[in-house]
Amino acid sequence: MEVTERIRDSLHRFFDGDFWYSFTQSKITMISGGVTAVMLLAAFFAPLISLQNPFDPAALNLMDAFTPPVWAENGSWAFPLGTDNQGRDLYSAILYGSRLSLFIGFASVSLAMILGVTLGLVAGYLGGIVDVVIMRVADVQLSFPAILIALLIDGVARALLPNNRHEDVVVYVLVLAIGLSQWVNFARTVRGISMVERNKEYVLAARLIGISRPLIMLRHILPNTMGPVLVIATISMGVAILLEATLSFLGVGVPPTEPSLGTLIRIGQDFLFSGEWWIVIFPGAALVILVLSVNLLGDWLRDYFNPKLR
Amino acid sequence: MEGAERSQEESTGQVQPLLSVRDLMVQFPNRRGVLTAIQDISFDLMPGEILGVVGESGAGKSMTGNAIIGLLEPPGRIVKGEILLEGKNLAALSQQAMRRIRGRDIGAIFQDPLTSLNPLYTVGDMLVETILTHLPLSRAEAQTRALDMLSEVGIPAPHERIGHYPHQFSGGMRQRVVIALALCANPKLVIADEPTTALDVSVQAQIINLLKRLSKEHGTAVILITHDMGVIAETADRVCVMYAGRIVEIGPVRQIISAPRHPYTVGLMAAIPKIGSGADKLIQIEGVMPRLDGIPAGCAFNPRCPQKIEACTRTVPPMIAVAENQLAACHLFTKPGGA
Amino acid sequence: MIQVENLKCHFDVSGSWLARLINRTGRILVKAVDDVSFTIHKGEIFSLVGESGSGKSTIGRLILGLENATAGSVHFDGQRLDRLKGAGLLAQRRRMQMIFQDPYASLNPRWRVKNLVAEPLRGTLPKAERLEAVGGLLQQVGLSPADGDKYPHEFSGGQRQRICIARALAGKPEFLVCDEPTSALDVSVQAQILNLMRDLQDEYGLTYLFISHDMAVVKHMSDRIAVMYLGRIAEIAPADQLFENPHHPYSKMLLAAVPSLEGVGKERTVIQGEVPNPVHPPTGCAFHPRCPHANERCKAEVPRLIARSDGSEVACHGVEEGRLP
Repeated sequence: MEVTERIRDSLHRFFDGDFWYSFTQSKITMISGGVTAVMLLAAFFAPLISLQNPFDPAALNLMDAFTPPVWAENGSWAFPLGTDNQGRDLYSAILYGSRLSLFIGFASVSLAMILGVTLGLVAGYLGGIVDVVIMRVADVQLSFPAILIALLIDGVARALLPNNRHEDVVVYVLVLAIGLSQWVNFARTVRGISMVERNKEYVLAARLIGISRPLIMLRHILPNTMGPVLVIATISMGVAILLEATLSFLGVGVPPTEPSLGTLIRIGQDFLFSGEWWIVIFPGAALVILVLSVNLLGDWLRDYFNPKLR
Repeated sequence: MEGAERSQEESTGQVQPLLSVRDLMVQFPNRRGVLTAIQDISFDLMPGEILGVVGESGAGKSMTGNAIIGLLEPPGRIVKGEILLEGKNLAALSQQAMRRIRGRDIGAIFQDPLTSLNPLYTVGDMLVETILTHLPLSRAEAQTRALDMLSEVGIPAPHERIGHYPHQFSGGMRQRVVIALALCANPKLVIADEPTTALDVSVQAQIINLLKRLSKEHGTAVILITHDMGVIAETADRVCVMYAGRIVEIGPVRQIISAPRHPYTVGLMAAIPKIGSGADKLIQIEGVMPRLDGIPAGCAFNPRCPQKIEACTRTVPPMIAVAENQLAACHLFTKPGGA
Repeated sequence: MIQVENLKCHFDVSGSWLARLINRTGRILVKAVDDVSFTIHKGEIFSLVGESGSGKSTIGRLILGLENATAGSVHFDGQRLDRLKGAGLLAQRRRMQMIFQDPYASLNPRWRVKNLVAEPLRGTLPKAERLEAVGGLLQQVGLSPADGDKYPHEFSGGQRQRICIARALAGKPEFLVCDEPTSALDVSVQAQILNLMRDLQDEYGLTYLFISHDMAVVKHMSDRIAVMYLGRIAEIAPADQLFENPHHPYSKMLLAAVPSLEGVGKERTVIQGEVPNPVHPPTGCAFHPRCPHANERCKAEVPRLIARSDGSEVACHGVEEGRLP
């Protein structure tokens, strides 16, 4: 009884609050929010709404290869967006591919966030030599392009693992590679905030009460970084999805038997000029729409949390 | 046009107020409705007069000043009333016309001297720029005037200092530069919003004296907005006390301090710790000023008022003469049975 | 109760090692607090007054251990604080609390008031008793126990300062450092808070170190006052005496500069100059460039705090030599 009341209360507060109001004030934000939600749901429920399992070689028939989209000549309702060179239904492949892309995006951003927020918090609050060491590492890392770091980690993983094992863990290697290349943004922002908050009077008051440093960081400083961290996480999400697509496109990502959006584009580009345009265009469009709407959401969040614009 | 107005004034032979504010009302529309920040603000300001405006934070004193210079932050806007500067209604002017008035007819001094100066320009650049915008002078003449202004506001070695950037000045000197900027086009009215709040006590006294001297020498009228009754006591000719967006009492500064009539003013004066008195306990007004979205019906002060009568919760009291030149908005002074 | 001896706090404001090497400059030290000694007796209100840069706030923070002293010592109840470690230090720290200037910055905006006030009690009391204690504390400072469920932004500045006071009192401290507790508040609210602090002192026998730039407030609150200028104490005297008969020229100047209601429209002799940049303080007595009575000795030698027969201590060559009353 009390729980439902509390939920109703917090729901009411959410929809009555500034956050929801600001969201409804921009059409672009609402559209990109809607598109993101639809794509998330579609990816989550992919097994329910797809026409075949594109990752299951037994479900594929090479005879169906290069079927054009349904509205073109020779198109079929069995493959609404056509098929690729393996006879894989593109509509289903996009659903499963974006599922994979989104998983890698979420997982790698979470990794980067945990790593970056922890290091940034510690560096900013403790200062001194800890700060110097952490931030120098960040500087060095920042001077390498993210894709290079990802390639490096993937290369090391390939060299260490036997080839057949690599296919099993490739998704996690990608998560690690992308996550490690993204933590610096989190660390820098969180460090800045924690340096400011550390001198605020409420933190001094907590110190006077005798609260330990880890607890002050966790209970007082961490909550204040959540707004900006959410912004960076959203924007990093777009970057991470693109990075995964790029790595897959370059052939160091997920294997063609379980294609992500990037792998589909790589497969498709071989046939772009031989007339089978749909293999590259549809996964490409899905990628663009997904990343664009995530980025637009990120832009809105950034404006929302920027006190100067409010 | 302006000349014609002036000669008309002279022909009447009577001293006209420089500034007349009539029934001014400023509102802020927001998504939950409309907040009224100030209302029924009416007062006159004579040429050369210093009018102090006091009140607690949120009473609307800065809002009044900003409305007069046309610097209301959107979405705030004047919804009612007139601001007559020498007969010209500023409330009806366009942004562009207001820009010409600002600086030439009305100068402004703000609380924080560091943020009111552009750190990328030298003091001389800013002064010359302002003078050239508003006065028909050549660059060389403007330069001379800038030097004169700096020495007038008490900056030592103006020839050297004119080439310095704001950060090279101390807080008090910076505020002097701001005053020079506000006065360089010889405005008839200066609006000083908390000009001494950010300064140390000893410097505060210097700036107060400077403002007084310049006002007297140039015949400039000043609206001095501050929360510090002591500053007003030493500087102003008349004082206007604001509470929750309205004027509650206005009158000569001596009378307001020695014989305040509105219960709020009475409480305010008693609450100020005084060096001369040895009282053990300060007299305090209970409660806090209401927020703009929760102003009570009737007199806004009624929940905190020790002398509340029945009428206070029903109608807003009008301004009533309570002594010579002194008006107070309080039902205690309305004739019984009048409202 | 509190004994401060030869306390010094110097901040290094010089650039990085590389920048110093390139510009061929040495280290630049700001002497925020320089050789300050005083004693606060149990149950009294001791005030530090001074303008910005006088080091008054730094002293408060040094006593509470929020900053580290460069030299000197602080004794609390006979125990030297910087020699204490671990549990012993924590036990002493719990006996001292602070009330800050900005009631908006000193409460974590994301916490409910009851949790803010209960924070010092965490781990010492079970939850139910803790909430009960919080309700009592809120009532004590003039709020209602129901206010505990609200967030700080729902309160005005004065009410927030009451919350801060309730939190400071939660751990049952004996000594409170109040750093400009009312300078962010409006006059009518300031009176409420000052009265509240007085009442609490009577009730609990608290000892206050009161830090302020407002002479009238300090006069109203204090038993004894130390006037500070550029990191040093210029004069220590009982409150009434300081206001009736200040010795140090700077004390006189500060008193004369206070705008007062009694002085309607009066012309005042205005003190020239401003507080110098603490990075490059004047030699000798730091006040000599603004002092009308300065002589060669004042420019060369730093004056020491010397006790006088009337109970005050003054650091001024003129007063010492009898040139000044």
